[in-house]
Amino acid sequence: MASPESAVNGPTMTAGAASKSLRNAFGGVIAFIILVLIGVLAFSIRLFSVIKYESVIHEFDPYFNYRVTQFLSKNGIYDFWNWFDDRTWYPLGRVIGGTVYPGLTLTAGTIWKVVNSLNIPLSVETVCVFTAPIFSAFASWAAYLLTKEVKGPGAGLTAAALLAMVPSYISRSVAGSYDNEAVAIFALVFTFYLYIKTLNTGSLFYATLNALAYFYMVCSWGGYTFIINLIPMHVLLCIVTGRYSSRLYIAYAPLVVLGTLLASLVPVVGFNAVLTSEHFASFLVFIIIHVVALAYYIKGILSPKMFKVAVTLVVSVGLAVCCAVIAILIAVVASSPTKGWSGRSLTLLDPTYASKYIPIIASVSEHQPPTWPSYFMDINVLAFLVPAGIIACFMPLTDSSSFVILYIVTSVYFSGVMVRLMLVLAPAACILSGIALSEAFNVLTRSIKFQLPGIAGNPSIASEENGSSTVVAPNDIPKTEEAAKEKPAKKNRKKEKENVEKKPTPSKTEKRLLVLPLEASVIAVLLLVLLGAFYVVHCVWAAAEAYSAPSIVLTSHSNDGGLHVFDDFREAYSWLSHNTDVDDKVASWWDYGYQTTAMANRTVLVDNNTWNNTHIATVGTAMSSPEKQAWEIFHSLDVKYVLVVFGGVVGYPSDDINKFLWMVRIGGGVFPHIKEPDYLRDGQYRIDAQATPTMLNCLMYKLSYFRFVETDGKGFDRVRRTEIGKKHFKLTHFEEVFTTHHWMVRIYKLKPQRNRIRGKTKKSKSSRSVSSKRDVRGKRNPWH
Amino acid sequence: MGLGLGVMRTIEFLLLIIAILSAPVLSDLILSKVERRIDLTSQIARIASTIKAENDGSSSVSEILLSIPEVQAKNLAYLTAKLVEGKGKAKTSGVALAVEPANPKGMPPALSFYTMILPKPLANGDSVTLDVLAAFTHSLRPFPEKITQADIQLVVFQDTAHYLSPYPVKVQSLTLKLPDARIESYTKLENTKGLGSEIKYGPYENLPPFSYSPVAIHFEANQAFAVARELVREIEISHWGNVQVTEHYDIVHGGAMSKGEFSRLDYQSKPQIRGASAFKHLVAKLPPRAHSIYYRDAIGNISTSHVRGDSKKTEILIEPRYPLFGGWKTAFTIGYGLPLQDFVFESEGKRFLNFSFGSPMHDLVTDSITLKVVLPEGSKYLSVSTPFVVQQEEEVYYQFNALAMLMEPFMLITGIFFLFVTCIIYVHVDLSISKSSASYLAKLQWDDVRATVQQIQNTVNQCLSTHEKLEASLRDLSRTGDVQACKAARKATDGLLKELSKELKPLISFLQSSPPAAHILPKVEELVAKERELQERLMAKHSTIVDSYEKKLGGRETENRVASVQQKIVALRQDIEDLMEYIDEI
Repeated sequence: MASPESAVNGPTMTAGAASKSLRNAFGGVIAFIILVLIGVLAFSIRLFSVIKYESVIHEFDPYFNYRVTQFLSKNGIYDFWNWFDDRTWYPLGRVIGGTVYPGLTLTAGTIWKVVNSLNIPLSVETVCVFTAPIFSAFASWAAYLLTKEVKGPGAGLTAAALLAMVPSYISRSVAGSYDNEAVAIFALVFTFYLYIKTLNTGSLFYATLNALAYFYMVCSWGGYTFIINLIPMHVLLCIVTGRYSSRLYIAYAPLVVLGTLLASLVPVVGFNAVLTSEHFASFLVFIIIHVVALAYYIKGILSPKMFKVAVTLVVSVGLAVCCAVIAILIAVVASSPTKGWSGRSLTLLDPTYASKYIPIIASVSEHQPPTWPSYFMDINVLAFLVPAGIIACFMPLTDSSSFVILYIVTSVYFSGVMVRLMLVLAPAACILSGIALSEAFNVLTRSIKFQLPGIAGNPSIASEENGSSTVVAPNDIPKTEEAAKEKPAKKNRKKEKENVEKKPTPSKTEKRLLVLPLEASVIAVLLLVLLGAFYVVHCVWAAAEAYSAPSIVLTSHSNDGGLHVFDDFREAYSWLSHNTDVDDKVASWWDYGYQTTAMANRTVLVDNNTWNNTHIATVGTAMSSPEKQAWEIFHSLDVKYVLVVFGGVVGYPSDDINKFLWMVRIGGGVFPHIKEPDYLRDGQYRIDAQATPTMLNCLMYKLSYFRFVETDGKGFDRVRRTEIGKKHFKLTHFEEVFTTHHWMVRIYKLKPQRNRIRGKTKKSKSSRSVSSKRDVRGKRNPWH
Repeated sequence: MGLGLGVMRTIEFLLLIIAILSAPVLSDLILSKVERRIDLTSQIARIASTIKAENDGSSSVSEILLSIPEVQAKNLAYLTAKLVEGKGKAKTSGVALAVEPANPKGMPPALSFYTMILPKPLANGDSVTLDVLAAFTHSLRPFPEKITQADIQLVVFQDTAHYLSPYPVKVQSLTLKLPDARIESYTKLENTKGLGSEIKYGPYENLPPFSYSPVAIHFEANQAFAVARELVREIEISHWGNVQVTEHYDIVHGGAMSKGEFSRLDYQSKPQIRGASAFKHLVAKLPPRAHSIYYRDAIGNISTSHVRGDSKKTEILIEPRYPLFGGWKTAFTIGYGLPLQDFVFESEGKRFLNFSFGSPMHDLVTDSITLKVVLPEGSKYLSVSTPFVVQQEEEVYYQFNALAMLMEPFMLITGIFFLFVTCIIYVHVDLSISKSSASYLAKLQWDDVRATVQQIQNTVNQCLSTHEKLEASLRDLSRTGDVQACKAARKATDGLLKELSKELKPLISFLQSSPPAAHILPKVEELVAKERELQERLMAKHSTIVDSYEKKLGGRETENRVASVQQKIVALRQDIEDLMEYIDEI
């Protein structure tokens, strides 16, 4: 953005004439104030959700994180590591301490503890709600530091301001969005900063800090594999382009050694840090950089002739060893079915992988590839500025700018595979756009300035040279003063010199050639400011309207301007928590698992962790089975209540009927008697009169539409915009126990097994038809 | 309907009566007239009795006993007695009497006794009239105990038609006020009249002590049976002007348990029929000027509430997240702020908080209440006075120094002050341990270098301003045409510049001699060289212009002659500036 830069320059202008050191001090103070303001901006733009809705945890995963934080703050860190959670994945349970990325939880828990020890009585919930905005401010500062290392403080401030309000990041870090990404983006950018800092200084101190920052990132998010693959890629790039230096070695080798050791301390990573393919690149490059270091060393002590001999010797031996090692590696990797990659990583490498093999990953909307509008929505004008930033990074190409280029290229690819990874793209886009904007302003203001003192330079003849050929601005009398003021405005320029250590005098003459006409520069500056303004408007709109909804509370505006609140989810969870037995098991699709455990405090079968595909498939099978079979499956799992989400009354589109095909697919993936075509009529998913009987008799259909027809007499579903197929039916094995105000959540209870009447049982046992039926059932129900 | 229960209860009471009849009569008091009115329109049974007592004995009587069957006594929530003064229409209820639990000897064990202490003993033949008000919770028993969503809720109330008293009663009557709804059945004795929603027993005359005649009334009651199983109230006083009240409710519907399905469809389409026994909302009457009201539960804000306020009260209508049917539970928290001056008063150097003890909710039975009063830090000499009959105001006395409320802001200010002081000290104090270490010496040297560079920069700046003078003289020339003055100016600046460059020499040589300046030296030398070049160019330009002026050449020609020099000058200026900035950065 233009504002911070011009603000840096503004006050320094007046001070500039007086004393340079004073001006520098002013510059530092003002840059500091701007950074503070950027932090405030990053924090406060994320508070729309609190102001428009309430201070509440959002969506699904944050509820789990919140619950874990509550546990942590209540029971302490050691109990947290050993926590076996029996309220989820019934009857399997889940070892939370060993399967969760603890970074976010520990961060919020620490904040809570510190704040409370200072006698500021904040609740755990408040701390959780505001963790994400706080860390977005940190992330902006980290972006400043990183960009400053690459292209100087002007670009740094611009990038920080851009990152503070980039919609893509806002979507994951509004107040209440208490998710891993909230702290992970800060950790990611900060790790990159420390890497670049080490690369620029060659300081072992920063290398150690870098390993610690990497450790924090590993604690926070599974996306740490991005770091541990991107940095080796960059190192390799530097080596290949002949940029090897001892600074590169110091930046990389300690990171791999310390980083891997630290990463394996995190329970959820453990030995994966050395065993899985995601980490192999780092080790490979680790070997290569040592070989290269050795080669450079030998080259230094040997004469060129001797060196040639040594090279041939080493290469021939080295090749043989390499082949052997690679062969072993390939054998090891190939022996595992997924080639040592996790499902999600494979999805990144092969975008079609998930839809082919793992429907659970494919079923999550944030794992879908993004559409073009979502780029415009999420990074807005940055999408146009990034190419300019890439060009700016090539002039001149340094170690650090090549890293930024590599970062943007890889993240663009990843964001193209999964919407969710747009989040990784956002900082890169901000950094490059910051560089682009800053460079553009630099060139434009320089050309303005260069031409103004040009006029001021020969004022003695100004009176005589009215018709001169130089570009003369009409206002000429206060020129000298103006020129004096404009001089310091060129402060930006110093940042280039700072980094390109040998100040290139040839590039200076080049710069002089890059002067644009005055009018063009002024107009271009205005246009850039306009572009920035457009970006700000878009970001504020996105923060206020698009990304502030907590998704557990929905609102709609009635015709008279009143606000109507749909608080059905919490109504249902509250009902469950107060009016069912504390050990009752609630079955629902996995989306609602985290919320049910956190808000209703009831045991669930499956939740958003999705670690056990078979278990989820069992629930999917039950939902897609007819009532009786479903009852048997649920009964065998001790389920007492079944919860379905239904949007047909109010038109809430992400309800269970719309997710139902995924239940069929996931269920069918494990239990082959569930076949997707049975639920489709001519390949089309429908619930109206044309729907297949299998569809109309499955549990999900029945639970969603039970007595629905009586609401309006026709059974018109406002989501599917059609009348439902089967309107009047009764439930025999389930009974409705609660439906929320807008029918969005419906809870059913499994009816107890019917009393056995002796005479009848005998009769049915003797009858053949029933026994054959039982055989069928035995096949259908995986739990019998 | 209700008979099974009734029979059991009757047996229980018969046993009780047998026990009662064997008890001795206490004193010579006679109750000449007892009128009881029982209000059953809400879930709380309110019994208002007017008792006229006469001393028929020889000795004076100073206390009167009230007896309540223990089954009822455990539900007693409220009991007061007042003396009625005056007669006929001028009756006013006067002094409240002290009512204390008593345990007189020789009384049947199934009764609880309370004694009312009269302000002055009752002499022989005197009479006194009393108003006794008692409230019982949980005394309406749902029957049947489990109903479906569509059923109406029926309750049974049991009492005695004859006033149970250790004294003989001359004339008595009992009136029951029921809600305007169906009456399923009621015990019919002699002199029983049912008038709409009212049932009247009596008058009965001349009954002996401990007369007992059980009656049971079975009727429809669909009013809210809201019971707070637990209520925690927190009152926090801040002397900055706010009393913050937080109330945590744990509510259950105490009526007939609901069984079977709950159908939202039925409830929405016919809430009066298919959800008659449920209650949707509660009303809390808060003090006037209540502000910052919130209503939430463990999982967030509850959006269904409405606040109405006027000068006498603030009424808040709160709807739980879902309607409550029999046996359903919910929990929520409400909180509000009140102006300090309305509730905290000062007298004799002490402050006291005067606040109502119970819940502000209408028709809410509270089973257990905890009241916490949080006084500001620094409060001393606490004492509590609760004129302890429930539903009364309580007072908390304490001493508080007004200065103490400045303590926390002061702490904050001090903390930040010391933070800054620490920063200042850190920046200004030389923390190096060894004064002779290499790095320390290097630092000192570096400081010298920086100072020198600063001096050089200053000198160069002076040169630059001298150049400005030269330019100014040229401008004067074009305006006044005074060639001599211009030449003089050149001479003067020339001398000045020479002096300045003399000044520069030792500085440069110092830099050359000191090793830490090695990396900065080339830049500085370049700067000085550039500056010298600039001087020369300027002089050349100056002399050219003066020369052409003397030769009276035209403006264009002068310009042509100067143009190349001028371009150089601009470029040099730019370079010098860049160099200065670069050196600054180092």
